[in-house]
Amino acid sequence: MAAPTAPPVPTVRRSGRRDDTRLALLFILPASIGLLVFYFWPLVRGIWLSFTSWDLLSPAQFVGLDNYREMVADPVFWNAVRVTLLYVVINIGLQTVVALVIAVLMQRLSRSTLLRSLVLAPYLVSNVVAALVFLWILDYQLGIGNQLLEWVGLDRIGFFTDETWAIPTIAAVNVWRHMGYTALLIFAGLQTIPPTMYEAARVDGASELRMFFRITVPLLRPILGLVLIISVIGSFQVFDTVAVTTNGGPVDASRVLQLYIYDKAFAQFDFGYASALSVAMLLILVVVTFFQYRVTRAGQTDLN
Amino acid sequence: MNHARRTTATLTAALTAGTLVLAGCASPADPGAAEGSVTLDYWLWDANQLPAYQRCADAFEEENPDLQVRISQYGYDDYWRKLTAAFVAGAGPDVFTDHLTQYPGFAQKGLLRDLNTLDATADVDYGEFQEGLPDLWVGQDGGQYGMPKDFDTVALFYDTNVIEEAGLRPEDLEGLDWDPQDGGSFEKVLAHLTVDENGVRGDEEGFDADNVAVYGLASNGAGGTAGQTTWSWLAGATGWKFTDKDVWGTEYHFDDPRVQDSLEWLFGLVEKGYMAPFEEVGTEPNPQQALGSGRAAISANGSWMLGTYANLEGVDLGIASLPSGPVGHPVSMYNGLADSISAQSEDPEEAARWVEFLGSDDCQRIVGEAGVVFPARPAGTEAAVEAFAERGLDVSVFTDLVEDGNTLYFPVTDSFGSIEAIVQPIMDEIYIGDRDVSTLTEVNDRINGLLR
Repeated sequence: MAAPTAPPVPTVRRSGRRDDTRLALLFILPASIGLLVFYFWPLVRGIWLSFTSWDLLSPAQFVGLDNYREMVADPVFWNAVRVTLLYVVINIGLQTVVALVIAVLMQRLSRSTLLRSLVLAPYLVSNVVAALVFLWILDYQLGIGNQLLEWVGLDRIGFFTDETWAIPTIAAVNVWRHMGYTALLIFAGLQTIPPTMYEAARVDGASELRMFFRITVPLLRPILGLVLIISVIGSFQVFDTVAVTTNGGPVDASRVLQLYIYDKAFAQFDFGYASALSVAMLLILVVVTFFQYRVTRAGQTDLN
Repeated sequence: MNHARRTTATLTAALTAGTLVLAGCASPADPGAAEGSVTLDYWLWDANQLPAYQRCADAFEEENPDLQVRISQYGYDDYWRKLTAAFVAGAGPDVFTDHLTQYPGFAQKGLLRDLNTLDATADVDYGEFQEGLPDLWVGQDGGQYGMPKDFDTVALFYDTNVIEEAGLRPEDLEGLDWDPQDGGSFEKVLAHLTVDENGVRGDEEGFDADNVAVYGLASNGAGGTAGQTTWSWLAGATGWKFTDKDVWGTEYHFDDPRVQDSLEWLFGLVEKGYMAPFEEVGTEPNPQQALGSGRAAISANGSWMLGTYANLEGVDLGIASLPSGPVGHPVSMYNGLADSISAQSEDPEEAARWVEFLGSDDCQRIVGEAGVVFPARPAGTEAAVEAFAERGLDVSVFTDLVEDGNTLYFPVTDSFGSIEAIVQPIMDEIYIGDRDVSTLTEVNDRINGLLR
């Protein structure tokens, strides 16, 4: 009985599919144009510029691999790589642990919306404002942070003016700003873990700590992997906090890659070399992201 | 957009229309733009000087009804980025305030007009300016790339109350001497003005150099390549010079023991407790705040800071000459700003008329009367000295340096940006105490390599 009605269906589907394609292309078009104009074109042009010597005002001159040769021999570049890596390790390490703890507390302890909003509040403050506020709080002479240290009986610390403290301090300021956002992402991941798992574990007499390490962490792995990839990329691109608080100093202690690129481009107008530095950063990020993806197996889940 | 380039002689109707469109699209919000007139864009960075230059512009417009001047002011750091971006976009100002560290690069890239090639400025007599200032703006090709507008020198600022509390009189700060070995009477004064947490002075028994309440000398950072207000007056007083020539030198002299000893003495004050450590001041030192809050007793700074120091609350401001060094007299850096004409200007001849007026006695007197900076022409300088005197400030220590020729030029060389990028962190490192001054010899080779 179904046979007579069957033939018209494919025609309808065919025509429907054709219409869909056109409509889909139309919808994709604006985003594609944006991607091409504001992303791929600058990327290609940036890579081209890295093979030139260009000061913005006179035409770019092709110099082959000169910029890259100079870069490999540039101690400030290698220092910038080292400083940036140090920043990323401190920033991401601290941030992930703090965010994970906050997210788990939000899920297991209190689900208050008010608390969730409060945790997210620092993220609403702009980077520059957060940096300025901490610059005041941690000022060697006038900062309330150093006053507190003195009252406790400790020595004052030049948080932004001491070579050993500059990077850890900047990393911590950004942890403060980003932890709520990261916690929220992880919190969303926690919601995907079926509550039945915890019930079963509780019936078996597992402690809260054991449940965290045996259920939460393993099942959260894909989400955590994704969060890590996103936040590591963001972390490598640190700029504003450094520009506001130390401007790369003392000496080169906080001259992160982005700041060095900016310095070369907009203070010394050496756009060719700055582009080469940017390409180096791109390569570093590609490698780091690739390994992160492989190690965390972010594409797979253990829930099935 | 170069369709409206024209000379004053050939003011044809068609071109006037072109200019009109230009003036119209450039200044839709400017109600003062009369028909057939040319609007000139003028940029400067010092907000304190804006009112005086606005008065100059008003006077200029009155004399030249066919010209309008539109002034824009941007903070110093943004100024250069904005200017470069404007050059790239071809939308820069016609005339702008220029700095010695920046103009060599601009001139090299053909972005500045040689004032000698324009009608209004071709016959300016540069001998009428304060000695030496116009020479700083002569490019390597012999072109005049700036009309001198003002100059500055360095002196010591102090709070008379603090000096008297220490049992000294303002006269005791006059005629001090200094040398890089033992610091002379200048170091003795600094020591005496330094007070530790227990009230013990720097030259007394039991002084605790690690817990200082008042530093003798306010820190103004490490100073970078020029050390304008930090160390150039010390090194200069030993007879040292930055480069092999007054302008356009091709060799820096950071390998000279005289500059190295001067730096060692200055940053050695940190260990003695007479100056704040780098840790306290960081990369953005604020010596006027240190003086105002009583954290430091003496602050060396430039004449352009006069207004700021005079306005410090609760400070009875005194100004003393820099100490004289081994050469037998004090030496200050002598720096001057100038007005340059952009090569991209659509109306260079009109711009030259404005620049000629900026460099005239009329305008420089107006600027002088505002009492902010010392204008480059003697008539303007006198007006400024009078204006400061009316506020109770004797500024002769600044002008004496120029009259006596006890000055050192700001280093004008190629590649200053790249040199600064190398030297600035190194000076910071020396201030921090992590680097020996003798390593400057090898740094000197590196920066001279950039100039070859």
